[in-house]
Amino acid sequence: MTYHRTFATTTRVLRQLIRDHRSLVLLLVMPSALVGLFAWIFSDQKMVFQSFGAPILVLFPFILMFVVTSVTTLRERRTGTLERLMTTPLGKGDFIGGYAIAFGLIASLQAIITVAFAVWVCGLDVAGPVWGLGIVAIGNALLGTSLGLLASAFAHTEFQAVQFMPMISFPQVLLGGFLMPREKMPDTLHTISNWLPLSYAVDAINGVTRGESWTYIAGKLGIVLGFALVAIVLASLTLKRQTN
Amino acid sequence: MNPRKNSEYMSPLPPTQNNPAVLIDSLRVNRGATKVFTDLNLVIPRGNITGVLGPSGSGKTTLLRAIVGVQRIQGGTVSVLGQPAGNAALRHRIGYATQEASVYPDLTVIQNLHYFAHILNVSRTDVDRVIEAVDLQGQIHQGVSSLSGGQRSRVSLAVAMLGNPDLLVLDEPTVGLDPVLRADLWNLFRELASNGTTLIISSHVMDEAMRCDHLLLLRNGCLVAQTTPAGLLTETEQDNPEDAFLALIRREER
Ligand SMILES: Nc1ncnc2c1ncn2[C@@H]1O[C@H](COP(=O)(O)OP(=O)(O)O)[C@@H](O)[C@H]1O
Ligand SMILES: [Mg+2]
Repeated sequence: MTYHRTFATTTRVLRQLIRDHRSLVLLLVMPSALVGLFAWIFSDQKMVFQSFGAPILVLFPFILMFVVTSVTTLRERRTGTLERLMTTPLGKGDFIGGYAIAFGLIASLQAIITVAFAVWVCGLDVAGPVWGLGIVAIGNALLGTSLGLLASAFAHTEFQAVQFMPMISFPQVLLGGFLMPREKMPDTLHTISNWLPLSYAVDAINGVTRGESWTYIAGKLGIVLGFALVAIVLASLTLKRQTN
Repeated sequence: MNPRKNSEYMSPLPPTQNNPAVLIDSLRVNRGATKVFTDLNLVIPRGNITGVLGPSGSGKTTLLRAIVGVQRIQGGTVSVLGQPAGNAALRHRIGYATQEASVYPDLTVIQNLHYFAHILNVSRTDVDRVIEAVDLQGQIHQGVSSLSGGQRSRVSLAVAMLGNPDLLVLDEPTVGLDPVLRADLWNLFRELASNGTTLIISSHVMDEAMRCDHLLLLRNGCLVAQTTPAGLLTETEQDNPEDAFLALIRREER
């Protein structure tokens, strides 16, 4: 892995995104629009937005980054550019790292916009620091990016890649404590939820809104990032210089 | 269908043979359920243009992929510039353009070239050189997706030429181009070869055979002949490469 090749890849991926105005707007604005809609629906029941608004903040970056990453890397596998890159000195780590950093940056921007909108426009109450929400949202966007990189290895078409999204996210939404606290689930489901990364993201973000200690939040977020790291390592293992 | 039985139709190789650009021995490749090569043996000399010709599906792309080291192989050896194919030391010495233009459609011409130049550690003056060589100075700020098919494949070719690689592997670079552009590109290939670059160029258009120095004729994953354009015509007693190829196949089937 070399610093300048990773960085060149990051720049190239960002240039591609910047030239695609529509996708960029969708990435940066859509989460805020959906948070706003959610707040509006429950404008008479402030408690609902207070308890579910924050978990939703981590869900959007996860889903969007998953889809964007898996589709773009899959396109690269399919159009021959990856095949060409594999004949050059570009390392697999440069490729995966370049993508992860580029989408990580976009995800951070997205998280800042969405959190600011939720807190200052929609009036989400947080006991802890507001930037704590941002950190957890960024961590979760990185999780989406790394799982997207991994998923693109198992899809043959963009159509398949998009369908991985509900497969990966719906069970985690149901079990991760978005709809119902995990402690109140049947024991088996609670145990399963302990193995899902989004559960820890929800714990972390609820920790921030409740004003939990930093060690609690960092512990939960650490688990989310651990999952992301494992997915990135697996993704670079699935990337082969030689294919059939 | 043992390709070796055709050796009687094969001309002696040029003297560069003792230090060939590519040496393939008993290559076996499966792609999905297709056995593309069962026992392929061939030599490609250095410093000139070798044409890989054969009908669609004959294994041209698979052969080029094996040479640049991205094809998983089931057996045999492929050695390129004295190293096993795919060796890290070769990654600065080979330029490869896939059959489909392998550049980013959502970037401009110059953005594509700058990215690959960074990857290869190549200077900006070299970027200018390759753009001029493929005659795309007027399009450098145009998005690749808005280029014509021929322009797009020239961007892909320009990327392959970055850093003056010792070996250029081009998969059907002239397909779908008009005759003028095709002639221009062949002049460019000739110029590169006269500067010492080894070029391996595939085509399914037999006419292009006459522009090469050395020919590999493929059919159904078998090497039908390893010859020169002149050799091909005299051996088969034909006056154009298309008929010569047919004559070879008929002889083989007899
Ligand atoms: N990804 C693949 N999976 C299965 N079979 C393939 C694949 N790619 C090529 N083939 C088969 O391998 C053979 C050789 O293909 P190819 O090397 O692309 O030929 P050419 O480039 O001469 O048209 C063909 O029969 C083709 O159908
Ligand atoms: Mg082909």
